[in-house]
Amino acid sequence: MVDLSFVRKDIVPQRAAPLSEAGIVGWFRKNMFSDIPNTILTIIVLYFIISVLSSILPWVFSPTWYSGSLTECRSILAELGRDGHGGGGACWGVIRERWLQLLFGFYPSELYWRPILAFFLLGLALAPVLFEGASRKLLYLTAVYPFLCFWLIWGGSIWFPITVFAGFIIAYVGFVYVNKIAGSLSGVIASIVLPLIWWLFIVSPLSTMLFSILPIGSEAIDSDRLGGFMLAVLIGVTGIALSLPIGILLALGRQSDLPILKGVCVCFIEFIRGVPLITLLFVASTLLNIFLPPGSNFDLILRVMIMVTLFASAYMAEVVRGGLAALPKGQYEAADSLGLDYWKAQRLIIMPQALKISIPGIVSTFIGLFKDTTLVSIIGLLDPLGLSTNIRADMAWNGILWELYGFVGFIFFIFCFSMSRYSMYLERRLATGH
Amino acid sequence: MKKSAFFGTIAAATFAAGFAAAGTLEDVQAAGELKCGVSTGLAGFALADANGVWDGFDVAVCRAVAAAVLGDGNAVKFVPTTGKTRFTALASGEVDVLARNTTWTFSRDVDLKFEFAGVNYYDGQGFMAPKALGVTSAKDLDGATVCIQTGTTTELNLADFFRSNNISYEPVPIETNAEAQAQYLAGACDVYTTDASGLASTRATFEAPDDHIVLPEIVSKEPLGPLVRHGDNNWGDIVRWTLNALITAEELGVTSANIAEHSANAGKNPEVNRLLGTEGDLGGMLGLDKAWASRAIAVNGNYGEIFEKNIGVNTPIGIARGLNASWTDGGLIYSAPFR
Amino acid sequence: MNAIPDPDKQGFKFSQLLYDTRYRSMTIQVVSLIALLLFFGWLISNTAANLATLGKPIQFKFLGEPSNYDINQRLLDYTSRDTHLRAGLMGLLNTLVLAFMGCITATVLGVAIGVMRLSKNWLVARVMTLYIEMFRNIPVLLWIIIVFSIMIETMPRPNQFRSGEASMKLLDSVAITNRGVYIPEPLFSNGLGDIYLLGASSLRFGISLDLIALLIVLFVGVFVSRKIKTSADKIQNETGVRPTTWWKRISVIIFPIILVLWALGFHLGYPELKGFNFKGGTYMRNSLIALWIALSLYTAAFIAENVRSGIQAVEKGQSEAAFALGISPGRTMNLIILPQALRIIIPPLISQYLNLTKNSSLAIAVGYMDLTGTLMGITLNQTGRELETVLMGMAIYLVISLAISSLMNWYNNSVKLVER
Repeated sequence: MVDLSFVRKDIVPQRAAPLSEAGIVGWFRKNMFSDIPNTILTIIVLYFIISVLSSILPWVFSPTWYSGSLTECRSILAELGRDGHGGGGACWGVIRERWLQLLFGFYPSELYWRPILAFFLLGLALAPVLFEGASRKLLYLTAVYPFLCFWLIWGGSIWFPITVFAGFIIAYVGFVYVNKIAGSLSGVIASIVLPLIWWLFIVSPLSTMLFSILPIGSEAIDSDRLGGFMLAVLIGVTGIALSLPIGILLALGRQSDLPILKGVCVCFIEFIRGVPLITLLFVASTLLNIFLPPGSNFDLILRVMIMVTLFASAYMAEVVRGGLAALPKGQYEAADSLGLDYWKAQRLIIMPQALKISIPGIVSTFIGLFKDTTLVSIIGLLDPLGLSTNIRADMAWNGILWELYGFVGFIFFIFCFSMSRYSMYLERRLATGH
Repeated sequence: MKKSAFFGTIAAATFAAGFAAAGTLEDVQAAGELKCGVSTGLAGFALADANGVWDGFDVAVCRAVAAAVLGDGNAVKFVPTTGKTRFTALASGEVDVLARNTTWTFSRDVDLKFEFAGVNYYDGQGFMAPKALGVTSAKDLDGATVCIQTGTTTELNLADFFRSNNISYEPVPIETNAEAQAQYLAGACDVYTTDASGLASTRATFEAPDDHIVLPEIVSKEPLGPLVRHGDNNWGDIVRWTLNALITAEELGVTSANIAEHSANAGKNPEVNRLLGTEGDLGGMLGLDKAWASRAIAVNGNYGEIFEKNIGVNTPIGIARGLNASWTDGGLIYSAPFR
Repeated sequence: MNAIPDPDKQGFKFSQLLYDTRYRSMTIQVVSLIALLLFFGWLISNTAANLATLGKPIQFKFLGEPSNYDINQRLLDYTSRDTHLRAGLMGLLNTLVLAFMGCITATVLGVAIGVMRLSKNWLVARVMTLYIEMFRNIPVLLWIIIVFSIMIETMPRPNQFRSGEASMKLLDSVAITNRGVYIPEPLFSNGLGDIYLLGASSLRFGISLDLIALLIVLFVGVFVSRKIKTSADKIQNETGVRPTTWWKRISVIIFPIILVLWALGFHLGYPELKGFNFKGGTYMRNSLIALWIALSLYTAAFIAENVRSGIQAVEKGQSEAAFALGISPGRTMNLIILPQALRIIIPPLISQYLNLTKNSSLAIAVGYMDLTGTLMGITLNQTGRELETVLMGMAIYLVISLAISSLMNWYNNSVKLVER
């Protein structure tokens, strides 16, 4: 046998790619200079980036952190030989002096731990909802959190949130008990009527009484001291949390085959989505008190929260409706074939899946709402933008502009960007594929 | 999730409403604080500092009323209001008294149903222009771009002024004073118009105030004062006479320095005695105690002291008393007598 | 759903309202309707009681009273002697102009950025991602204020043009100042004038006859050009040879228009510095420009994301098939991908248009006199009629939104794939 072969039998060792294709050079060639139009585009973009950075960076890096007023800052810049009239560098002293105010508004500084604690607890309370790995026990915290947060931010008697919370226990107990003796419909009615009576007529005197017996409480903070990013987060979180249940009900109403109910839900949703948020805020600031019983009066922040909740629930309803529509029909049919009634099917089969699908939508609604909280500055609330105006009216910082907007924009960016990244991560994780 | 706190607060609010049928005085005393509507920030008149403490000429009126009614000049909840929200805030009971550079006009008094408690500042609308523009009279402003604050009487006066002088202009409406100032300084408008006091206050905060002049024309009358809702005359009386007490104190020479001495014992001047409650019981007629006026004066001093401290010639705002001098010095500040 | 029980033979019982599924849904609806009506009744009675206390019964008489204030940007004739109603109309027109301009630029920018975001050029794709993230994650109100401040702080003042520190752009025809941009305006030296409709009422408006003449000529030209096309098609079908018609088709549109323009004495009016400001030309105020730019850039970021996901939703096989046919990448995008992606993009695009229109109400932050600035702004302040003005404003916005969404839905239905 002659060892004859027409093709090479052993594999030639792999050679490195040519220098022009490998490594950094290759990467650049492939991704930025692959052909002439691409090269031109790259050069234009590079020129643009360089010109933007070269005008912004020297302005950003400006040693004015310790200046106490605009004039002082400008004299520092002038000493350094820079243009002392705003163009030469940023006056970061205003941020050093007022950053706490931009974060917390006029909240008493010795009590800053309360909103901070509330914010961290918010993270813990949301953990079981947002991350799969989190302990289920944290759900108890989630249930109690709204009351805890209310008490931490506004302070006052601890009995008020506790008695309000008791209303829910009463609703549950009422439902279970009445359900046993008089059927499910009466149970539902009892679970609505009993807590309403409790909240409307018993909570206020009872909490006052309990407070006079056992005065446990913390220093009460007026709403007008709330401001800055704390206010934005507070309005945003309240709006989303409250709008979720309302939005689910509206979405179900819109999907239902009861014509009147459907009509009402569609009208509400389309009305709210058809008008700008600012007009709803005008309603909050000028009209809401006219709609309510003569003499009733609660503060602007609460009124804004009510209107923002209504606003968000219309958008939430559409998000949830999208989730409901994305569920395959087989899920509904399977629930029906198991003989589940409407509410059981919703609770056990439909909603858990639909809500799971809608979480990215809910997060983006939240981002939108959070950004929209800046609109409250137009009706005179001191959100970060409102506070910037206030700071600019101060004589020491009169004429300051970009530093404040830059800071506010930066914080918003960090909040919203991280949330949108989170929502993308969720989208990937939840892509179970029906 | 947060549903309950929300309903609970509404319930509480409804309850509070149940008790709120009484007069404003009772409400204020029950709440232990006076809700006072101020502007969102105008140097010298109302401005919150870094700690959220409000100070200024209008703020002082609020503090005086709070001292008279509650005995504590700090028992005030300041509600910043914009030009748009201020009247609604007052009408809906969100604030008990509005002290926010508000011009007393017929329609506000009669049609909007408010009661002006008096005038704490006589103002008029003026124009400010950069010196470099070379304008000496408002009548030279044909074709100029004019920055105005919206939601005030200024835009109406402006329209009237230019129309009656048959010259054209380009209005640039702006929400806040800070914004107007920025635009004016950047040259986005040729002149800035608002109340002369506001112009002085704005000009004072400029880097180079001397580069700007206030034109001689005053195109309107702007009596500014605190106001309350129609229909609660007792409350209106309290605010009116608190303001009058501050004015009378200046006239009678009662200052924050000597008020303790005057209040302790009845002195020779019977009007001082009546004012400070060492003789008679004027406070009782208002539903307050005898020392109401002495407390109101003690917080920030009398009208003149308040003026000098917040907006007077020695402050950066630097407004001379002018029309706002006491009538004894040839001004218009005049109080009805205490008897 | 529960099974439907057998028809009841014993006649109607009251408890059936609750326990019979045939009636239960009706019961629930009627009960909730009654509850809703009661709620509205409660609101209305509260409102009536409150308004009675305030002494301000609902009435719209103020709309007929003189507004007493001036509006800088007015698309129709208006003075401070006109009524509040007309002032509101000016605001409405300003809102519509802003929304229209914004929608167009946002679409163009958004499509361009969405496509570039998918570019193979790494740098371009990254810069576009950065742009999208920047604009999506910072509030639009802040962007509006920032763009407005940039306009005011960095553009030259009118008097800097006089001293020569700044100069006009584009052959001395465009002046960019910190008060706005002046561009040449079309003028007709022997124009036909305007016709005025609705007499002297508050809603009166004039229509330029010149514009109507131009539009008529344009339509006739397009019609004739289509005729030429169909006849060319016919010849091609019959003989297999297509006559060259492009120059005919273009010239029947262009020449009549040029002729009409010449007859009307068309010329451009250039802005000139006179007194405090530029005179002549079309003046686009800095508030309009700032809103236009900020709203376009902001909405474009969202549209770009919609475009991107629309393009990515088109199956890869489509572009592979196109490449297999030897179609160039650019033409693949234009002829294969975008038309298919369009169907996916349009529904979210509608809601972006709605958002832009609604966001135009933030005009109030920079003093642009739109509907919120006039009717819900100065008119509200001067008359103290919060209820009437705010409700009217909301109703108008609602009508605009519904009009946009029905128009776009109609378009969407007309381009939708007809499924069999």
